[in-house]
Amino acid sequence: MQKHQFDAVVVGGGGAGLRAALQLAEAGVKVAVLSKVFPTRSHTVAAQGGIAAALGNVSGDNWLWHMYDTIKGSDYLGDQDAIEFMCKNAAKAIIELEHFGMPFDRLENGRIFQRPFGGMTQNYGEKPISRTCAVADRTGHAMLHTLYQRNIRANTQFFVEWFALDLIRDTEGDVLGVIALEIETGDIHVLQAKATLLATGGAGRIFQASTNAFINTGDGLGMVARAGLPLQDMEFWQFHPTGVLHAGVLITEGVRGEGGYLVNADGERFMECYAPNAKDLASRDVVSRAIATEIKEGRGVGKHKDAVYLKLDHLGEELISKRLPGIREIAKTFANADPIQDPIPVVPTAHYMMGGIPTNLDGQVVEYRNDVENKVNGLYAVGECACVSVHGANRLGSNSLLDLVVFGKAAGDKMVSDIRAAGTHKALPADAADMTLARIARLDHQTAGESVTEVGAAMRQSMQRHCGVFRFPELLEEGVGTIDAIAQRAQHLQIKDKSKVFNTARVEALELDNLIEVACATMHAANNRKESRGAHAREDHAGRDDENWLSHSLYYKNGHRLVYKPVRLQPLTVESFAPKARTY
Amino acid sequence: MKFSIYRFDPDQDKKPYMQDYEVELQEGDQMLLDALIRIKAQDDTLSLRKSCREGVCGSDAMNINGKNGLACITKLQDLEEPVILRPMPGLPVIRDLVVDMTQFFEHYNSVKPYLVNNDPPPETERLQSPEDRAKLDGLYECIMCGACTTACPSFWWNPDKFVGPSGLMAAYRFIVDSRDKAEAERLENLEDPYRLYRCHNIMNCVDVCPKKLNPNEAIARIKDLKILRAKEKKTRKTIPITSAQG
Ligand SMILES: Cc1cc2nc3c(=O)[nH]c(=O)nc-3n(C[C@H](O)[C@H](O)[C@H](O)COP(=O)(O)OP(=O)(O)OC[C@H]3O[C@@H](n4cnc5c(N)ncnc54)[C@H](O)[C@@H]3O)c2cc1C
Ligand code: FES
Repeated sequence: MQKHQFDAVVVGGGGAGLRAALQLAEAGVKVAVLSKVFPTRSHTVAAQGGIAAALGNVSGDNWLWHMYDTIKGSDYLGDQDAIEFMCKNAAKAIIELEHFGMPFDRLENGRIFQRPFGGMTQNYGEKPISRTCAVADRTGHAMLHTLYQRNIRANTQFFVEWFALDLIRDTEGDVLGVIALEIETGDIHVLQAKATLLATGGAGRIFQASTNAFINTGDGLGMVARAGLPLQDMEFWQFHPTGVLHAGVLITEGVRGEGGYLVNADGERFMECYAPNAKDLASRDVVSRAIATEIKEGRGVGKHKDAVYLKLDHLGEELISKRLPGIREIAKTFANADPIQDPIPVVPTAHYMMGGIPTNLDGQVVEYRNDVENKVNGLYAVGECACVSVHGANRLGSNSLLDLVVFGKAAGDKMVSDIRAAGTHKALPADAADMTLARIARLDHQTAGESVTEVGAAMRQSMQRHCGVFRFPELLEEGVGTIDAIAQRAQHLQIKDKSKVFNTARVEALELDNLIEVACATMHAANNRKESRGAHAREDHAGRDDENWLSHSLYYKNGHRLVYKPVRLQPLTVESFAPKARTY
Repeated sequence: MKFSIYRFDPDQDKKPYMQDYEVELQEGDQMLLDALIRIKAQDDTLSLRKSCREGVCGSDAMNINGKNGLACITKLQDLEEPVILRPMPGLPVIRDLVVDMTQFFEHYNSVKPYLVNNDPPPETERLQSPEDRAKLDGLYECIMCGACTTACPSFWWNPDKFVGPSGLMAAYRFIVDSRDKAEAERLENLEDPYRLYRCHNIMNCVDVCPKKLNPNEAIARIKDLKILRAKEKKTRKTIPITSAQG
């Protein structure tokens, strides 16, 4: 086992990890960025529609309106200090990306192009506003490549195709680095660091129908759960209204932002009934539930009546080719439909994890005990794997890319100052790698176990059936038993590939361990929250219950324990937005 | 459906071999990647890279019936059987369908693929007209899968010296960006007999690009710009003409 020492280790080369890494590298800190795939292959590359900021390039805008929309979108579960911080710093973050070279689309006057997106409104909910900055429908690709390029300029040190396995934590609870697998050689390494940042992205692969890449397996969350730390708000998963039927590939909300709309089998624009004001640009949870209801009530389209149509032919070829070229490609490839004339069959599809590793505004991981929040020394988290929490119970589209760059920078800055204040490296515990080595050895020696394919399929089926867009008490109860049993089966996974070199079977087995942690957290937290809020919609508790549930859930792996902490309703400098009924 | 797949694990195999597989496709299996996942479920020792499964991350480029492409957006119905799969040519094989792309990325880095503009940035965005922005279309979308570069005979012959279609397209993406101020240095950087001029318009790059981009045209534009610059220098007679040997 080789040992390496750094000031900082960043696990993840997506938008969040790269933004933080840039801050560290430019400050002259000795930083290692680990990524299990080449950085530009991270899932940020797939983001389509855009990144929000109240630039006001198309019509007057105000970050307070953005803040209000985000709080309302979160169904009041988002922490208002974090939301203020993000919305206030949004414009600066976008301008900075532009200065880095990001090829934003432009308005006639040369400024950054902005488009309407779900839940983004003018003057506290009056009408839709153009706030989402875009690079056609390839915003994530443009942003990720720009950040990677900027890191080349900063000479950031990358460890590509290195797979982080576990955190190193000493008896005082401090995090001292990570254990990682070098995929090409099969070697295990110890990476010691004064500051460790998790930026490992989402875990959408716990569901059968998902817009997420194969690599979105919640590795950071698994590492944290195994280290005895909590996961926050895991019951809140966003189902995107428009995933391509069967394929799961996303069709951006930007399509509806540009004027596309949904119709049912009778050709009705049904969103007019569910959200008379915002219609197709209501929040995602609202639109997904509307689609699920249409399908349930027999108004679905297609052979099995299990989808609705997204119509955009009326937008015309010119606009589609200019603003939505990637969507046209996707529809043609995955739905055999050319949107210039054909509607696209779509269904609500698991898309985004609102929950994650709890952090403060500086990206420091925190633990809540007896009414106080304590920092976990040495550990930071940003991006989709973190829960700061700006998205609360439902994220607004185009707020995630923003979350990555605003909090990526903040965490990078904080790590730089913490590293400068820290003395030498703390000594590593003698047993630092024991648990990890035991996991690997078990995999190498297991016989008569089940395959990753079998157990993975069982997990995805259960999540889809027991914990979907609408949640039923009996199904949740059953789901808890099922998922716990699947977690037991995952203890005995067997792989046939014993090679050291680029052993993807081993990687997939280790990823499944992490997915299972996320699935268990989700199922238990969902079963326990007896209200409906944002994306968590229960049949037996249809309304939001602020009296009992205006609180974040914290899930501990050990004993599937759940504790709750209050939502921070107090912003940093402005007045609080009090919870009120949420309609669109 | 029948497949014949290149296998090589340096940990156990003395030399590479082709292995036959037969899989039963199931409803919803549309793309080559779907079939490969079924194969991997039968035999988990087959190594390949994959991630987005929608043609944007560039992970799963491979040689499919003799032509480079992305498994995730190659339709099974268009493939002749047995489908012959090999790693992309011209790069060292790590294992099975996984190649070592280090050299490919070194070439990318060598063109300084980032915006250079040392003017103090304005408070707001740098302005760019929609027309100037449109010049980046067809260039910035590259997903760095390596399909073009590893399909290029000029790259096979001089892998360490010829930047290759993908890297050159990245160079041009910054040359034409109205916000970039380093055109002269960028052109200078390609001034040697190999880096740029090994391109002989064989056009394999255009033929295989899964994103339907045109690296060849970008290369031609760079060559045009270089000629233009050389002429300007001659007429101005202020700066000496750099020798072609650079
Ligand atoms: C199809 C799609 C479209 C979207 N469109 C938008 C949009 O238009 N606007 C918007 O705001 N949001 C959008 N989102 C959401 C947004 O793209 C994601 O939330 C965001 O990109 C996540 O970024 P990240 O940096 O946290 O993680 P990622 O980009 O997923 O990166 C995770 C990184 O961690 C690394 N990693 C993970 N595990 C390990 C490990 N064990 N060891 C080493 N490295 C590891 C990976 O290699 C990768 O580099 C979209 C999401 C999807 C799925
Ligand atoms: S898996 Fe991403 S390009 Fe094919």
